[in-house]
Amino acid sequence: MLKLLGIAVIVAGFALRLNPLPVIAAAALVTGLAAGLDVVAVISAFGKAFNESRYVSIVWLVLPVIGVLERAGLRERAGTLVSKLKLLTTGRLLGIYFVLRQATAAMGLTSLGGHPQMVRPLVAPMALAAAESRFGVLPRFWHERIRAHAAAADNIANFFGEDIFIAIGSILLMKGFLEQNGIRVEPLQLSLWAIPTALAALLIHGLRLALFERRLARDLGGVKPAADEDAAR
Amino acid sequence: MIGLHEVYDLAGLMFAAYAVLGVLGAGQRRWKNSAFWALLALSFLAGDALGDFGNGLLVLALVLLASLGGLKPPTSANTSDAQRLSSARRWGDRLFVPALMLPLVTVLGTILFKKLAAAGHPIVDPAQATLVSLALAVIVSLSIALPLLRQPWASPLQEGRRLIDSVGWAAVLPQMLAALGAVFAMAGVGQVVGDLASRAMPADSRLAAVVAYTLGMAAFTLVMGNAFAAFPVMTAGIGLPLIVQRFGGDPAIMAAIGMLSGFCGTLMTPMAANFNLVPAALLELPDRNAVIKAQLPTALLLLAFNTVAMYVLVWR
Repeated sequence: MLKLLGIAVIVAGFALRLNPLPVIAAAALVTGLAAGLDVVAVISAFGKAFNESRYVSIVWLVLPVIGVLERAGLRERAGTLVSKLKLLTTGRLLGIYFVLRQATAAMGLTSLGGHPQMVRPLVAPMALAAAESRFGVLPRFWHERIRAHAAAADNIANFFGEDIFIAIGSILLMKGFLEQNGIRVEPLQLSLWAIPTALAALLIHGLRLALFERRLARDLGGVKPAADEDAAR
Repeated sequence: MIGLHEVYDLAGLMFAAYAVLGVLGAGQRRWKNSAFWALLALSFLAGDALGDFGNGLLVLALVLLASLGGLKPPTSANTSDAQRLSSARRWGDRLFVPALMLPLVTVLGTILFKKLAAAGHPIVDPAQATLVSLALAVIVSLSIALPLLRQPWASPLQEGRRLIDSVGWAAVLPQMLAALGAVFAMAGVGQVVGDLASRAMPADSRLAAVVAYTLGMAAFTLVMGNAFAAFPVMTAGIGLPLIVQRFGGDPAIMAAIGMLSGFCGTLMTPMAANFNLVPAALLELPDRNAVIKAQLPTALLLLAFNTVAMYVLVWR
């Protein structure tokens, strides 16, 4: 039971909104001590695990590319492109991205999306531009909510698409675990039974995006293009 | 054979450059940021030579730097809005070429390197094909972007440093949590939670067993931040003995929908930092739980759907 103290540290740390890094270090220390290790052994174990988890941080290699493209005006261009397409509302745009992301993930192409690669440079600026071209300058509340929804669409579509692909990590984990317990299943069976939830995710999140769009329109005063466009005519 | 080592060296050099730029940077020097990226560079370049205790001390130093006053975000962009707008007008849709090259080369490289390895030509370690392809995609994309868009040669590192400074300490959060997960596994935390969960939830009917399993998967994932850690524990505790063995359910359906119930938990927890907290930092959202809040209703509805779907389908 003492081993669960580490979890308590994490929960308390996140609840108090402390900086997560010292909270995680403290949780690791408490857990290791509770498991009967001494301080040096705990620090060593954590250091070893940190070193072996370096692959998690490889994604930051893309920042120089994203930064250069932002410097050259990628986000502005993505926005301009969207604001020319009048039918493309924020909700529809995120909906289209959701479908594309889920479909490609289902084919095993999970690296086609992602937060540093797609959401920050393309999806979020496009979703913002779709709203700005209809409602003008956005209040901070909506500006932040739209950005958060761009990230959410990427995550949800990815999670509930990738499990349809037969060679993804989670499918292999399930197959391996069941096999250890003497049950043989084909990866195809596992991936087929991911389809009902995938469809439900598409339906539920699609509906939520439609509602999001309606609330956005109601809150910011209906379809109202920027005033200078009328004046120019 | 090219593998993780080469990719780590590349990442190490990149972090080292951020550290140097932070010290040399005109105007505002950022010693703490520089020290933080320098330590990370050391970890990537020489982590295997530091020894376990050395790596542990390195992590503690990172934690100390991040908590004492914290890292500083970049004060301003390197370019003005007007400059970027005129650049956007100048280059037009050309801007999308290197942007789309990034995912495209990653995917094609992954497929190609795996095929080559299978055919007996392992140029790239097939187990690391995706990460090597990602690194390759960065190089390809940069070598197209710089001449095509006439960007200065130093700009990738200057702009990369601006972005990594805006992400700040959150950049090592996913790696820290992965390491914590390993310590939890070593201490056997999962076993304790699994025993607790299967004892706390009375699962003496079919419905109760299904509810205990799907909610247990989500709850355990919420705590551990990772459905993969929850799956073996909860399935050994509830899924297999009750749903499959006692009540005769289909193991494939139990496993597939059980895992997806865990994914609902992933959408709701700050412990899944790379999906939930890192994007909030990347998108410069002041509320670090903003992404979780946007996901919460979908996650809860899907969890309910999964519970009903498993109950209806698993005993077809």
